[in-house]
Amino acid sequence: MSVRTPSPSIFRPKAGIDQSVLHENRNLLAEIDRRKILRGAVSLGALTMLTGCDVTNRGAVQSILKAVSSFNDGVQSLLFRPNHLAPTFSEAEVVKPPRFNAFYDITDLKPVDRANWKLELAGLIEDKRPWTAQQIYALPEQEWIVRHVCVEGWDYIGQWSGVNLREFLTRIGADLKAKYIMFRCADGYSGSIDMASALHPQTILATKYAREPITDPFGFPLRLRTAVKLGFKNPKWITAMEVTNTYPGGYWEDRGFNWFSGL
Amino acid sequence: MHWTNAIAMFILIGSGWKIYNDEVLFGWLHFPEEFTIGGEAQGALQWHLFAMWILMLNGLAYLIYGIVTGRFRRMLTPIRITEILSNIRDALRFRLGHDDLTRYNGVQKMLYTGIIVVGILQVLTGLAIWKPVQFSELAALFGSFQTARLLHFLCMTAIVAFVLVHVALALLVPRTLVGMLTGGPELDERPDPKLTTAAQDASR
Repeated sequence: MSVRTPSPSIFRPKAGIDQSVLHENRNLLAEIDRRKILRGAVSLGALTMLTGCDVTNRGAVQSILKAVSSFNDGVQSLLFRPNHLAPTFSEAEVVKPPRFNAFYDITDLKPVDRANWKLELAGLIEDKRPWTAQQIYALPEQEWIVRHVCVEGWDYIGQWSGVNLREFLTRIGADLKAKYIMFRCADGYSGSIDMASALHPQTILATKYAREPITDPFGFPLRLRTAVKLGFKNPKWITAMEVTNTYPGGYWEDRGFNWFSGL
Repeated sequence: MHWTNAIAMFILIGSGWKIYNDEVLFGWLHFPEEFTIGGEAQGALQWHLFAMWILMLNGLAYLIYGIVTGRFRRMLTPIRITEILSNIRDALRFRLGHDDLTRYNGVQKMLYTGIIVVGILQVLTGLAIWKPVQFSELAALFGSFQTARLLHFLCMTAIVAFVLVHVALALLVPRTLVGMLTGGPELDERPDPKLTTAAQDASR
């Protein structure tokens, strides 16, 4: 082995490195053996393949991962730019029809009956009278052509219109300083978003896709559509909305997906 | 730093394969589930977005250290085409020397510089996929969401290819492994005769 002049590292001890450790551990150093390393690597690899012995599913590891996921919620809310608009696209780029996705197959879809449908309101809201579809469809509309990104990795450009959520929350006298908006859906799905994302200009309660009323598979009569969250944070077939300061979770969030899931 | 990076990369690649499997870029390519980390998609995402912090913090510290101490300049430059070509010629004739582990040859300089660039690109494409709206200016550099995903995949492929070659070559020159575990051949200005013996024993 050749000698080189010590590099000017700021971490290098001024008096040189204490060499006694190498001498004291000479037996250990002599034992370092390629075959042992390979054997060790192979046994570790084999261990991870044993079913029922999954090293990634121990309780402590799970709680660390959960804590980091909560930490990531905090980081994302710090990164969130309330008035920064998501890129918008031209009508020519709109995909028709949009892509269906739910926690069940499209063949198991149970359409919502518009005549009996109502939007119930709860929590920190002054005027909690429920809304009929007719009333909601009569509200002033706003249209956004934005990208829908699924947590699985696919995306498409969609053209959505409906009442702006900030405008609707103001109209019903919701507490805009509350932390969460929770949505419940006709199919048993639920989801919640933070207030800052709810008040973003590109967050709407969508009633139309490509200027036509939303069809059954995509959330008729009412769904959330926000350009600042992943797809699963846009509940479809909404039947109830609650404004709250208590963390409400949600269908996928309770199953380990990151809660904030902002884009 | 090297081993922290190795652990982070191991987690990121294994969980990344699981995330990829949920929506593949190429119909013919699915990673075997046994080689993925995280169990289900949500677990893989949790692992991925946990290990990204280790990779980014460790990588940032490594870049600052390399630049401030002049290590990058000393070890990785200059990269000369003629040196690379002569290294390749020597390697093909099994004459490439490894006597001085503290100096990189031309091919090593090129590949070690290249993998740092790929690592940086991997973090940037990752951020573009994670936050295509908040970092929309960065995401726009990589074109559409799917081109950013494809670039993230290609950088992963480059890293995996690098690791395979890197590990295979390190095993061919076992002396390097001792260096990797003990901090490398680094001798004091006043060599200790006892130590020289220990180092020789270790390198046998």
